[in-house]
Amino acid sequence: MATEMDHQIVKDLKAAGIDYITSVPCKQLAGVIEVLDETPEIMHMPSNKEDEGMGLCAVAFMGGMKPAIVMQNTALGVVVNTLATLIQFYQIPLPMLISYRGEVGEPVACQVEMALHTKAILNQLHIPTYHFHKPEDAAELPGILEYAQMASKPVAILCDASFWRASA
Amino acid sequence: MIRNDVFQTLKPIIREQLVVCNIGAPSQELHAMDDQPSNFYMLGTMGLASSIGLGLAAAQDKPVVAIDGDGSVLTNLGTLATIGNNPQGNFTLLIIDNGSYGSTGDQPTYAGMKTDLAAVAKACGAENVQTVSAEDTAAAVQAAIASDEMTIIVSKCESGNVKVPVIKTNPIVIRERFMEEVRR
Repeated sequence: MATEMDHQIVKDLKAAGIDYITSVPCKQLAGVIEVLDETPEIMHMPSNKEDEGMGLCAVAFMGGMKPAIVMQNTALGVVVNTLATLIQFYQIPLPMLISYRGEVGEPVACQVEMALHTKAILNQLHIPTYHFHKPEDAAELPGILEYAQMASKPVAILCDASFWRASA
Repeated sequence: MIRNDVFQTLKPIIREQLVVCNIGAPSQELHAMDDQPSNFYMLGTMGLASSIGLGLAAAQDKPVVAIDGDGSVLTNLGTLATIGNNPQGNFTLLIIDNGSYGSTGDQPTYAGMKTDLAAVAKACGAENVQTVSAEDTAAAVQAAIASDEMTIIVSKCESGNVKVPVIKTNPIVIRERFMEEVRR
């Protein structure tokens, strides 16, 4: 079920030294999560909720690891406090690979509601944000991962339905 | 038996009841099988079916059945403490525990591994907690609705979904017709 793109994303994460990932699943992320589970170089510890996941990531960083989180954009509504008072306040580098639900190609109307707020929340929090809309956009991933480490910031990588569909 | 099979057995038992149903595949399957104005479908907001069910049970006297899932309860585990400490005799919480996130590709949940949600519910103060097989779920729900005691039922079923359409009903329509059933 995992696509070449799912494998490429995990390969880029691995190449950037990411060795700890927590995830809360989304349909669009199922392939990436599947590959993560087959990648021994990356410790994959699923979390029940995204703010819990960010807690795990913060302390993985303090323990000397390079964490990342895999989550859905709706969860940005859940993690604002954790981003501001934990990840940003303590300057934890944290790539966030985010499925961008509610964009063109979305079957579920309710998902549109948080899609409308996604970039606004990220802007408000001053989080560097990248939007993968076409498969070739993913070529930026290695640079983005390096940038997150350099800046010691959370960065958001939004991957929309068009991106996943064209990458399948 | 997967969730949808459990729903088939529940259909005659819950169709006349106020039902709050979990986001994603559970709501879509229930809607496709037997859409009722007395069903409140969660179209978004993972993890709140149990909280909404408790609130509704507290607000009025009719029986309320909240259908939640193991992944969603794990997202909002504090709900079990709130429920345990605020028992409502007219409230039945049915946790469909298939050990997986059914709506996102059946990734395993911790409930399908070492975490025992029934034990958690008991430890949270809920007095009447039952773990039942998928086959025994309908009878357990029927008894719970009939009883005056709040009941939490953890229904162990297999992972899997059936292909059904998304719910296109306007959310305000869902709310209005549900409120009318509550008032009735």
